[in-house]
Amino acid sequence: MKKDLISITDFSKDEYLKIMKLAAEFEENPNQDLLKGKVIATLFFEPSTRTRLSFETAINRLGGKIIGFADPDSSSASKGETLHDTIKMVSNYADLIVMRHPLEGAARYAAEVSPVPVINAGDGANQHPTQTLLDMYSILKTQGSLDNLNIFLVGDLKYGRTVHSLLMAMSEFENPIFNFVAPPVLEMPDEYKIFLREKGIKYYEHSEFTDIISAADIIYMTRVQKERFSDPIEYEQVKNIYILRNSMLEKTRPNVKILHPLPRVNEIHTDVDTSEKAYYFTQARNGVFTREAIISHIMNLK
Amino acid sequence: MQDEQKKKLKLKVSAIKEGTVIDHIPAKNLFKVISILGLDSINNQITFGTNLESGKLGYKAIVKVSNKFFEDDEINKIALIAPHAKLNIIRDYEVVEKKVVEIPDSIQGIVKCFNPKCITNNERITTSFKVVEKEPISLKCRYCEKLTNSNQISMY
Repeated sequence: MKKDLISITDFSKDEYLKIMKLAAEFEENPNQDLLKGKVIATLFFEPSTRTRLSFETAINRLGGKIIGFADPDSSSASKGETLHDTIKMVSNYADLIVMRHPLEGAARYAAEVSPVPVINAGDGANQHPTQTLLDMYSILKTQGSLDNLNIFLVGDLKYGRTVHSLLMAMSEFENPIFNFVAPPVLEMPDEYKIFLREKGIKYYEHSEFTDIISAADIIYMTRVQKERFSDPIEYEQVKNIYILRNSMLEKTRPNVKILHPLPRVNEIHTDVDTSEKAYYFTQARNGVFTREAIISHIMNLK
Repeated sequence: MQDEQKKKLKLKVSAIKEGTVIDHIPAKNLFKVISILGLDSINNQITFGTNLESGKLGYKAIVKVSNKFFEDDEINKIALIAPHAKLNIIRDYEVVEKKVVEIPDSIQGIVKCFNPKCITNNERITTSFKVVEKEPISLKCRYCEKLTNSNQISMY
């Protein structure tokens, strides 16, 4: 049976650990000709330069060839072709499909239609599992373990798919503690809090972003987007509260690392960039090794 | 008096010799039930009555299908819109078995996903849900993974 990666929960804890191990191997030795003679399709029905370049770098380092499109205007979708037909056609050509789509559930559907494996590179606000795996690899690399960590999730916790997936994945490990820092309108949805309570995992909620971060091992920042607020006054009140500045890091733990899925706007002040606690650019670099690991696993190459 | 009423009610829809009587269908959902069960495209003799007074439902509908005996997973499809429906299995004019409908663990088609950004609302795809809660009902979309709750349910 073919393997797909659509949601982070499609993988077991053992698979997470295998991906982590392989990612470390690829970081050690990024250029391996495992995909020699293989064709990989990268179908971006919605532009995402960062994710696409990361995947295409991973494929190139594995020696694979790439077909596909970077935005829907240059694809047959602009002529009104259904997703079903595009996937049917492309799966005749390629050995693996990597796809990004603006509609939620598109990746799961593509995986059902396609006889070749599908990796979800983001389906609307739903899932972006390779981001979560690279976040986990970054956490493991900087903390030496995925167990017993105090993780602060900051910003838009209501709509942010990356924080939801990270929460689900990290809940598989020993004794995590979560701290949620968000304005009331963007707080963590109940379904995730219920999930944590049922698993007996501790979490704390804050609406202030202050020295509470002194207990953090990981500070995961996300963007508070203006378009999420129905009331512009409400946005004005919170927009500057959730900005991380270098001065706030003074009393934090020496091992703390700041992560961000990127792109950032202003939620991490540029004065943090030179801090050794800033990790977001290295995190993006880790994405290539993690994606090499995911592709190798999905295609049974490792 | 009550017996008299019952008698009158019975007379409104004629008896069948062999087949199934589906009673206690909310009147407003009668035609949806007919369509979900595919009764509009079979050749069996069917009689139905609707807007019949019912203590429980206000107004109910009843359907009698001759020579048709439903499988459980076939009849359970109507549980979402006729949760209190009762089935009487008729052999030689006698009720030989009574059944109630049960909400199944998963639902294919019938219900629309509540999320307008779900792929199933944008391309011709049969919806598929896992029933995560039965009372009140809560459905998790196989595709977008969002929940559709009882007050958000709409049918095709």
